Amino acid sequence: MTVGIVVFPGSNCDRDVRWALEGCLGIPTRFLWHEEQDLAGIDAVVLPGGFSYGDYLRCGAIARFAPVLEAVRTFAEAGGPVLGICNGFQVLTELGLLPGALTRNRDLHFLCQPAKLSVYPGTCRWLREYAAEEAISLPIAHGEGRYQVDPGQLITLEEAGQVVLRYADNPNGSVGDVAGLSNARGNVLGLMPHPERACDPALGGLDGRRLLAAALG
Amino acid sequence: MPLFQARVLVSLRPSVLDPAGEATRAAAARLGVEGVKRLRIGKAIEVELEAPDRNEAQARLELLGDRLLANPVIEDWSLEFSEQA
Repeated sequence: MTVGIVVFPGSNCDRDVRWALEGCLGIPTRFLWHEEQDLAGIDAVVLPGGFSYGDYLRCGAIARFAPVLEAVRTFAEAGGPVLGICNGFQVLTELGLLPGALTRNRDLHFLCQPAKLSVYPGTCRWLREYAAEEAISLPIAHGEGRYQVDPGQLITLEEAGQVVLRYADNPNGSVGDVAGLSNARGNVLGLMPHPERACDPALGGLDGRRLLAAALG
Repeated sequence: MPLFQARVLVSLRPSVLDPAGEATRAAAARLGVEGVKRLRIGKAIEVELEAPDRNEAQARLELLGDRLLANPVIEDWSLEFSEQA
């Protein structure tokens, strides 16, 4: 069991994710440089937070063309578990593995604070250890986390149970209070909050542990 | 091969909130400029492209606009073609 952690030029939560998985949960990891294309031996993929290629043009727009992401797309389409955190969520939307887009926060501020969330696990494999409508708290740290999708498609996503994480107190203006979104199959999850920063009691919360632990099996 | 010059204008779709535009509109009022009812910020991307002919140049620029320069989920784009350089 090995979790691949994609590293773009500008990723800065890659080592946090490694620490959370290996140090806190005992799950082996391997860094996947953005030019790699071989995912042999990888059982789950995490796209970590930070930045990617300077996020020129739009967040995640350049990263979409990284060689490793073609392999990640194939992996996801075959049912492999893929988790996109923060910039990783932005990349997943640009890549088309998740619908919608992430835009500038409503109040223009970079937000770095705890966020109260409600979990709607549905069929999302990453959230299977959480109870329906469970209230949790995870840190957020983003300037462009306002989820945007057209109203009709939002209803479709809600009806399909793909809106799996909602803000209790919407900090950034996301439509539908969307904090995290799953694909229809449930193997791909994108979220703006940082579960890897809530896996160690020293950091003030453990609500992220069950999410990252779901990479196993 | 002929060189074509174009400008791709990318704007947020009307339904998408533009907080940076709103902040700038508020600053316009503070500057004392009255009557600014709407201010939306987009991008202008200048492109020079070599292509065998204008149709081919147009096709490539449209691909660029659709697939890279704009995200159709949140943005509209338009193309201003200059004459051949």
